[in-house]
Amino acid sequence: MRIEFDIKKRYKDFYLDASLKCDSKRIGILGASGCGKTQTLMSLAGLVRPDEGRIVTDGRVLFDKRSKTDISPGKRNIGYLFQNYALFPNMTVEENIKAAVRGAGRGTKDDAKNKTGQILETFELTGIRSHMPRELSGGQQQRTALARMLACDPQLLLLDEPFSALDTFMREALRLELIRILDRYDKTAILVSHDRDEIYQMCDYLLLLDRGRVIAHGPTDEVFSHPKTLSAARLTGCKNISRIERIDDHRFRALDWHSIELVTGQRIDSKIKYAGIRAHDFCPKANGINVIPTGHTRISRLPFEWYVITENGLWWKIPRTLNEEDICSYVPQYISIDPDKILLME
Amino acid sequence: MDMYPLYNSIRIAFISTAVVLVLGVAAAYFVVRLPKYIKGIFDSLFTLPLVLPPTVVGYLLLLVLGPKRPVGAWFLNVFGIRFTMNWWSAVFATVIIIFPLMYRTSRGAFEAFDGTYEQVGQTLGLSAPYIFFRIVLPCCKRGIIAGVVLSFARALGEYGATMMISGYIPGRTATISTTVYQMWRTGNDVLALKWVLINIAISMVILMAINIVEGRQINVRIKGRA
Repeated sequence: MRIEFDIKKRYKDFYLDASLKCDSKRIGILGASGCGKTQTLMSLAGLVRPDEGRIVTDGRVLFDKRSKTDISPGKRNIGYLFQNYALFPNMTVEENIKAAVRGAGRGTKDDAKNKTGQILETFELTGIRSHMPRELSGGQQQRTALARMLACDPQLLLLDEPFSALDTFMREALRLELIRILDRYDKTAILVSHDRDEIYQMCDYLLLLDRGRVIAHGPTDEVFSHPKTLSAARLTGCKNISRIERIDDHRFRALDWHSIELVTGQRIDSKIKYAGIRAHDFCPKANGINVIPTGHTRISRLPFEWYVITENGLWWKIPRTLNEEDICSYVPQYISIDPDKILLME
Repeated sequence: MDMYPLYNSIRIAFISTAVVLVLGVAAAYFVVRLPKYIKGIFDSLFTLPLVLPPTVVGYLLLLVLGPKRPVGAWFLNVFGIRFTMNWWSAVFATVIIIFPLMYRTSRGAFEAFDGTYEQVGQTLGLSAPYIFFRIVLPCCKRGIIAGVVLSFARALGEYGATMMISGYIPGRTATISTTVYQMWRTGNDVLALKWVLINIAISMVILMAINIVEGRQINVRIKGRA
């Protein structure tokens, strides 16, 4: 499905100005909380009316301020999965799905009954058909909400932080399940999240939002490997960022890392103001280029990895394969960074 | 002992509560979705009868419906209907007096209701009446039931505005509260006391009903947590 939108809307504390043109099937919108992710989805679904703009899916105009087109949410052929799933609390699993089948408004009463039964079966909900939403586990709630959304046979799915209501250990499993369901139904989906792992895992096209504005977009891998701006680097999880003083086309001085001099693979043009190094890109090496003394280090211990923080303030991430006593003696006196792995940002 | 006042009181309370159930819920649903400032105006207007003395409400009603006032006179001339001094005249008074109770309790229920459910309904293509009657109302049921019981209780006790528009005619417009006053005024202490006891008994039953409704709410909450 081809999606094109351009949405502008003034809110009390920020101005939403998001646009996208893409044919990808898995689109991710990544941003910190309050960046306008949910408002963008709401506008697409027709639950919020943009001040200005246009929304087109596969050539069908859903909203256009200029021609005064505004198709109602029920007729947009868009499914919306809410953050807390929003299953109707007064209805059983079966009634929730029946309501959606009814909303799709096709066929007779018997047809509706058959279709409901069919959906219950496909989503393995038959066993819990007469349960109330409050009696369901997080995973069952998500499955019911997905089934309810897909009962209307929407062409585009909007998923608003679908895993934030779940325990960490369930997230992984449910992510895989959601990917499986999306693949089976072959629908286009837009996933909104503040979790970069989630987006990276599920989306092949990425939109980075910061305070209502698109700061980067493109294929997910590309956005992650070459963030072009400071906030894009932060959102994609770059731990080390420093202001720079340009020396020549391939050399700079890092002002926030005790003014060490580093060599880059990429050319430093005059617009570049920041450099970044991902924490896992360093390697222990005492000679060659871009050698950095570690000096007096501090160590941050996480369950499966260590962060070694050098005297220059650089964070170096190493997987936790050694036992804890060893780490201090293991820290080398020098580490280095491959010039090609240094990120340059405006 | 003539039981007409008991019958009349309950009849008036039932009708008034039924009317207010529709009006109060509709008004609450309407006000909740208004923009902030207009909301304040309507909210004050709808709550006003709660703080006005019932005699003021009665006076205002007579100003409109009285047989010599424009509206009242027109109905009397055209249809031969007199709005005052009938048993059902008290319904006008009672509806206005109990309206704020119904309105405010249902408004509270609607405000506590998560609007996401309505949005889900919209994206699923459900009609507005379906969303209101099958999703919003059932979810706000408890608050609305509490409002009904409270309104009914207050309707039974209505005196001031009723006295002004219906007056006290034994066997025609007498209610429990107007009878108690009349019996006391005419020195019939025994009968007055009997009606007082009846009134207390009814009120106790209603208050227990409220407790049961609220008690069930507490049970559900505990169950929900477990």
